[in-house]
Parts: sequence; structure tokens; C-alpha cells
Amino acid sequence: MPKEAIVRTIGLKKTYMLGKIPLPVLKGIDLEILKGEYISIMGPSGSGKTTLFNMIGGLDKPTEGKVYIDEVDVAQLDAYELAWLRCRKIGYIFQTFNLIPVMTALENIMLPMIFAGLSTDEAMEKARQLLVTVGLGERIHHKPFELSGGQQQRVAIARALANDPAIILADEPTGNLDLRTGKEIIQLLKQMNREKKVSVITATHDLKMLDVSDRVVWVRDGLIERVEDRANLDIKIGEVEGEEAG
Amino acid sequence: MTKKKIEKQLSLPFRNAFQMSLRSLKIRFGRSIIVTMSILLGIAFLMSVFSSNAFTNALIEKGPEALRATMQQNSQELRTRSIWLVSLSLLVCVVGIVNAMLMSVTERSREIGTMKCLGALDRFVMELFLLESLAHGLLGSIAGAIIGIFAITIVFLLQHGRLAISVFPAGALLKYSLVSIILGTTLAVIGALYPAYVSARMEPAEAMRREV
Ligand SMILES: Nc1ncnc2c1ncn2[C@@H]1O[C@H](COP(=O)(O)OP(=O)(O)OP(=O)(O)O)[C@@H](O)[C@H]1O
Ligand SMILES: [Mg+2]
Repeated sequence: MPKEAIVRTIGLKKTYMLGKIPLPVLKGIDLEILKGEYISIMGPSGSGKTTLFNMIGGLDKPTEGKVYIDEVDVAQLDAYELAWLRCRKIGYIFQTFNLIPVMTALENIMLPMIFAGLSTDEAMEKARQLLVTVGLGERIHHKPFELSGGQQQRVAIARALANDPAIILADEPTGNLDLRTGKEIIQLLKQMNREKKVSVITATHDLKMLDVSDRVVWVRDGLIERVEDRANLDIKIGEVEGEEAG
Repeated sequence: MTKKKIEKQLSLPFRNAFQMSLRSLKIRFGRSIIVTMSILLGIAFLMSVFSSNAFTNALIEKGPEALRATMQQNSQELRTRSIWLVSLSLLVCVVGIVNAMLMSVTERSREIGTMKCLGALDRFVMELFLLESLAHGLLGSIAGAIIGIFAITIVFLLQHGRLAISVFPAGALLKYSLVSIILGTTLAVIGALYPAYVSARMEPAEAMRREV
């Protein structure tokens, strides 16, 4: 059975204007991500990972090219449909966690469910379950600033999962975490990917991510340099690490 | 492949919005106090000028003959001065309140961007900030109006003793209070909704990037 694509980009370009000077950041990205896949977008700093992440997530508009999510052209959506897509189809995770600072862990997770039309009680029940799933059962009523970075990222993961999205988009989810906490977060993302069949797309330069990825997309200067399957990866890891060190 | 059909709807029930706004005010208490104080000061200043005029007028109307004569003598001069004072205090009020609200909402651009990532419509964002700024505006203006009246009453009590009480211009003060409270609240709401609107209209990526 051929697997369906959940995300497809065609000739995706993004050019920022710095005053009058155009700065091309994405220069034509063609990418197909399958349902249930765990994909890592790797590349050096400034290569355009976050920019690509924003385009795929419907968080910014491409200068040229198309993004299809579940075969829907994102550019064709009106503001309401776009908000709905962000609410129900995609869960976002950021390097800086981006929890709403005035809300408790539980309320943060409830928010997207409230937007989606669940009653407060339903949302609360589900948020509790999600907190248990990400291993934070007792931290329900803590505010973000009372939680460690790793705990905040767990809350963010639970929040991303709130409306059972088809896709989790994570931009450097381990970027602000130490080695061990980073590993735990990666494991958690992988576990959610396996159990909930949600596609996970991470932009990262964390090599720990290679272990769990089905495919790795290497980006350099706004272009896809190469795409590697899990099977071919193991041999390459040593090589990459050499490259990083040198 | 079984896929649950989901109704395409997004909502933010008023009850939740109300709770969120209250919560935000309570938790950002320090910031809330500063914002409320700016509104309070602006309105207190404006209200003290208003009250001072109200007392002066009351004394001219109902005060004893001797006082009336001296007051009336200065009344032309007084009037020009009070126009100046009112304009000045209005200016202080507008700039102070709008500035305080602009600052406090602009620094929450990332929060607005994040909410939009979670599926918030622009109007959810506006609703939340409307409720919050209404609370700030009402609280600050009411307190400011009371303080303004109180201060000027004391000044006139010290100057004229019991006379100030006997001519106490309750009606005029009430009218001026209403004007001040409406003005303060409106300014607070405009000052908050404008930057909230700017951030909400941006693409979320941009709103979250915007550093203040
Ligand atoms: N809104 C913007 N306006 C102007 N330039 C931008 C904007 N966003 C990104 N850029 C530029 O685009 C380039 C790519 O940025 P991007 O954030 O996508 O890189 P990245 O691969 O995510 O890097 P990192 O690994 O450091 O997060 C950078 O040179 C950056 O300066
Ligand atoms: Mg980045």
C-alpha cells in the first residue's frame, strides 16, 4: 500500500526583504512527508529550518510555491479555516516552549481544546490524561515559571497533542535543554509518534534526533542537500559527528 | 483508515474568556498595578482639576457675599487658567494611559502569536484584551476619580472649613466622575486593542519573532 502524504511542498521559496535588499532564505524546497513518519530537518544555523517550519505550519506565507497539508493547499484557506487547521491538524512545539505564562500546565493544555469547542469539563479531563501521558501527572497546577525547561517542554508536547493532530511540528525542541533532558524529550516525541501515529516533523541540529528519525532531510542555504532513509543513517552518523567536530 | 468527522468550528465561550482575563490580571499583578496606577494617576489629575472647578463654581454660586465678590473678580482669570489645566491634564491622561497600555500589550506579542498557533481567531485575541483592558480601565479610572475628588475636597476644607461642606457640589462631581471614568476606560481599551490588533493581524511567525 503506498503511503499517503500528509505534507507536500512544491517549489517552496521564501525571500525576506531587509529594507530594499531581498534575502532569499528558501530557494525551492520540494518535500513530501508521509503519514506517521518521523522526519528530522537538519542543517546548520541560518540554513532556513525555522523558515521552512513556519511555512509548513501555516505560520507564515511563502513568497512562491505551494504547501499542501493533507492534500489541501494552505494558501487557499481563509483566516477561519487556517485557524481551524492550526487548531485541529497541527501541534506546534518551540525551542522556547512558548507556554502561556499566566496559565497553569493544565490550562495551557486545555486552551486548544476550548478553542476546538470542547466543554471545560471535557477539556480538563483530557488535559489531565495528557499530563499523565507525558509524565507530569502531579504538576497540574504549576505555572510555566515554576517548571523546569524539560517539564515545560513536556507540557508543550501535551498541548500539541490536545486536539489529536495529524502532525506535530517541532522547531528545535531540545535546543534549550541539557543532554539528558533532550534525550527524554526525543524519546517522548518518538513514543507519541509510535502510539498515536502522529507524523512528527522536527527542525533541529541535535544529532541525538538521528536515532529516532525515519528520514532525515539535510538543508543547506535554503535548498535540500540530501534526504536519507533510516537504513542508510547508521553508517553516516560517525561521519557527521566528525564533520561537526572539525 | 477511520477518520472522525469533525465539525469545523472554533469557539471561545465568554465564561472562559472572562476567567482567562481575570487570571491574567491577577497573575501579572505587578504589571497590572503599574498599568492601573498610570490610569489612576491620569484620571486623578484630571478629576482634581474638574473638582477644583466644581468647588469654585459652587462657592461663587452659594458662598457668602464677600467671598463671592472676590471670587467673581478672579473668575475670568480663573476660567482661562482652568481651561489650560484641563487641557494639560487631558494630555497627561491620554499619553499616560495609552502609553501604559501600549507597552503592556506590545510585550505580549509572542503570547498572541502562540495563541494563534493554538487556533485562536483574531477576534478571540481581541476579546481577551478587551476584557482585560476594560478591567484595568474601570478599576484605574474609578479609583482615580475617587482620589481626585478626595484630594480636592481636603484642599477646599483646609481653605474654607465648613463652608466647603455646605456647598459640596455633589451633582457636578458625579457628572465629572462619569466623564472621567468613561474617558479613562475608553483610552485604556483603545490603548490595548490597537497593539493587540497589530499583533493578531500579523502572521503568527512574525508575531512570535517580534521582540520588544
Ligand atoms: N523575519 C525575518 N526577516 C528577515 N530575515 C529573516 C527572518 N527570519 C529569518 N531570517 C533570516 O533567514 C535566515 C534563515 O533563518 P532561519 O531562522 O530559518 O534559520 P535556522 O535554520 O532555523 O537557524 P537556527 O538553526 O539558528 O535556528 C537567517 O539568515 C535569518 O537571518
Ligand atoms: Mg531555527
